[in-house]
Amino acid sequence: MSDDSGAGRDDRARYDQARYVEDGQYEPLLSEKDRTTVEIGGDDDSPLPDDLTRDSLELPALSEPELARHYTRLSQMIYGIDSGPYPLGSCTMKYNPKFTEDVAALPKAAVHPDRSETSVQGSLELMYRLQDYLGRIGGMDAVTLQPPAGAAGEFVGIRVATAYHEHNGEGHRDEVIVPESAHGTNFATAALGGYDVVSLPSDDEGRVDLEALEAALSENTAALMLTNPNTLGLFERDITEIAEMVHDVGGLLYYDGANLNALLGRARPGDMGFDVMHYNVHKTFATPHGGGGPGAGPVGVVDELAPFLPAPRVREADDSSGSEPTYELFDPDHTIGKVHGYQGNWLVLVKTFAYIARLGDEGLLDASATAVLNANYLASQIEYDVPYEPFHHEFVASAGDQDAADVAKRMLDYGVHPPTTKWPEIVPEALMTEPTEVESKDTLDRLAAAFNAVAAEDDETLEAAPERTAARRIDQTDAARSPRLSWHALENDE
Amino acid sequence: MNGSHATGSPYAPYTDDERTAMLESVGVDDVEELFDIPDDVRFEDAFGIDARSERETRRLVRSVLGRNDELTELLGRGHYGYYVPSLIDHLADRSEFLTSYTQYQPEVSQGFLQALFEYQSLLVELTGLEVANCSMYDAATALGEAATLAERVRSTSGHRVLVPDLLLEGRRSTLENYVAGTDLEVATYPTDDANADLDALADAVDEDVVMVYAENPTVRGTIEERLAEIGDLAGEADALFVLGSDPVALSVLQRPADVGVDVVVGDASVLGLPTSYGMGLGLFACREDYLRQVPGRLVGAGEDATDRRAYTLTLQTREQHIRRERATSNICTNQAWVALRTAMHAAYLGPDGMVDLAKRGVTRADDLADRLDEIVGVTAPVHDRHHLREFVARVDQPARAVADDLEKRGFAVHVVGEHEIQVCVAGVPDERIDPFVDAFTEVAR
Repeated sequence: MSDDSGAGRDDRARYDQARYVEDGQYEPLLSEKDRTTVEIGGDDDSPLPDDLTRDSLELPALSEPELARHYTRLSQMIYGIDSGPYPLGSCTMKYNPKFTEDVAALPKAAVHPDRSETSVQGSLELMYRLQDYLGRIGGMDAVTLQPPAGAAGEFVGIRVATAYHEHNGEGHRDEVIVPESAHGTNFATAALGGYDVVSLPSDDEGRVDLEALEAALSENTAALMLTNPNTLGLFERDITEIAEMVHDVGGLLYYDGANLNALLGRARPGDMGFDVMHYNVHKTFATPHGGGGPGAGPVGVVDELAPFLPAPRVREADDSSGSEPTYELFDPDHTIGKVHGYQGNWLVLVKTFAYIARLGDEGLLDASATAVLNANYLASQIEYDVPYEPFHHEFVASAGDQDAADVAKRMLDYGVHPPTTKWPEIVPEALMTEPTEVESKDTLDRLAAAFNAVAAEDDETLEAAPERTAARRIDQTDAARSPRLSWHALENDE
Repeated sequence: MNGSHATGSPYAPYTDDERTAMLESVGVDDVEELFDIPDDVRFEDAFGIDARSERETRRLVRSVLGRNDELTELLGRGHYGYYVPSLIDHLADRSEFLTSYTQYQPEVSQGFLQALFEYQSLLVELTGLEVANCSMYDAATALGEAATLAERVRSTSGHRVLVPDLLLEGRRSTLENYVAGTDLEVATYPTDDANADLDALADAVDEDVVMVYAENPTVRGTIEERLAEIGDLAGEADALFVLGSDPVALSVLQRPADVGVDVVVGDASVLGLPTSYGMGLGLFACREDYLRQVPGRLVGAGEDATDRRAYTLTLQTREQHIRRERATSNICTNQAWVALRTAMHAAYLGPDGMVDLAKRGVTRADDLADRLDEIVGVTAPVHDRHHLREFVARVDQPARAVADDLEKRGFAVHVVGEHEIQVCVAGVPDERIDPFVDAFTEVAR
């Protein structure tokens, strides 16, 4: 950790994340600060007979000030989008506008899901308007907001496809086609839906290989799942032909919305021939990722599939009149039922609505333009090779002789978050990079400088990284060998 | 400097000069040249969505949500409105927590990983089971995942999943969707006075059953008295015993591990979130035997290069981004930030506070039931059981009319039968109880 290491030189960016060390260990667990056992039952005060209760409960008992410090310290050991650039490919790590937290925290957003429809007209109106926004943005006729994440949206799409085919007497269709370079969730979702997954190789230019697609399609095809632009950032130029081919065999075309940010206002899945799509609102519409979730994965469909969407949906009531329309819940005629206990991640939907209402047409158009320009500019400034073009909102560079995972670790020392690494596998030692529209030219220059500094470093330096983070390189293989998943497991160890 | 521009996204910082320089570096004159989109699929129209200032947008959302009536919610059935202390909002809203991604770079994510490790530990303590993941979406999806787990780990060739006949429709329907792609089918067993009917369950359990699901408390707020016997029935058939519960209930009710439970699911966000129109946090804990088949993310403790304890996502080979169609689940984005809030809320309460909150859920429900029972035309509770948080009352009047009248007086309750109303005390301030009883007295006569 000497100051003359690359990241430490005065003319370069350096980053020191907060690191707390006490008695040779990092910030202790709550359970190491206190453990208190409360006996339950065995006394006359207990409102329940002892045979219905547990004997005791042992948890940390700490004061509010102690907790405030604990969690503040933990937060300081996390890199977020507000800490610096976060160009994770396919993740669309945008700045999350602060005001959306305030609107989601409005007391009137806090309603119980079993409220009568007449008493939650505000929630229903917001959902109705959001359905409408999303339909326009995706070119879709009907939208459900229920799926709580992108993968849940995919699941709705797959279940809708099943219901549709069965409704048409084509329940024999048992295959879903997924490009080799697709998100892992596509494969896993198709399998969860009971389908055999047919993997589709890409052509030399990184797009869907039409001959391979022709060979994969058959009367057993239920759907083709596609991301456009694909994970290399390339637009599937043959999309119209692809859609025709899939429809000719009676299959449905599914749009994975992970990369929708590239196309906002410039092309719509509905116009490309997609029948069903999901939106990743935590990507495209800037709702915060929250360390892994919650997100939301609304699904849009063409008219023909609307009767199969999850129940309930929101519509304007028939007797709606006067200045304030009224809204009601209804079950689509051939609904697949539910994929979430209630209406999905409601608070995330409120933030989504607010974001879209804030940006409007011009903001959304600017988002895609700037996201694509930023990706192209950044790629032009880095020394790593970018084999596939023309990319849009993201590009996949190759670390060449360097190990992409080590490159990522070293980039942390420069105060930037690294790209997604080693995926898609079509690019050796892939660095999948998506800067989004929120980075300024200055920040992109700083990011490029970090890429280039690491590109010039030797393997030894890379393997020793990171040096300046809250923890040093963690041995993940070792952690998986003997999993310790709770403070109880740590205790058993000792 | 990063000046702002007049139009476009307020969150895309650039000046015209910078943009020109960037276009030059890229080698194009116009951004539009960068879009490799065939003409026939280009969108030339407009969405017709007006841009607004932040202030206008806030006013818009406030006015739309303003149409929600302000009611005192005596609502439960799996979703509770416990008071969430300010500490949770302020600390969980720290932007490092809120704006970070999944912890694929653990060295810069130690704080979140530790918080999730502590969340998992909380569930391990509450359930007595060795493994808890760091979240599913909600109780319904966690139940669905438990069923697919049962299919993977059971050695029998059976295919029936048994659930109580009173199971919430949202959970039942979600479960049906999760098992639709498998050989499993969902069947019900009867309940007796709201709790599992053990005799009927014994008849229903055979070698064809892979999973028996029960809830504690039940959907009607009653406490199961014969959990161990349900566990025995499931165990004899080599079926998984899956229990639905939540952190507050688990603080005082029988510890799942002590009554033969294999998997605990439920909604953990009863702590950490206010009522959020159904947004939740899927609790998922299980016995160590199923570790390699667990759905979702797990945080484990390991060591860093300085031999200090550090945390990382672990056993990722179960997950979709590595195992693809052979993954244990398709889940990627989860409810991590809600799990953080839940862990914070539990830490705020501490063991005394958790136990006290649960016990008050018993006594306050009992007290309110006694008071409603005194009203002419009302019987409460309907079920001759112990209750937690909520109970069912029988009303002579049509329940729907009673509920509508209560709503006009500012109170929301569940209608669960033609003459049955369900009432929940969780999160209801003490000072609202008297007015509620008064209103009930007026409308029930």
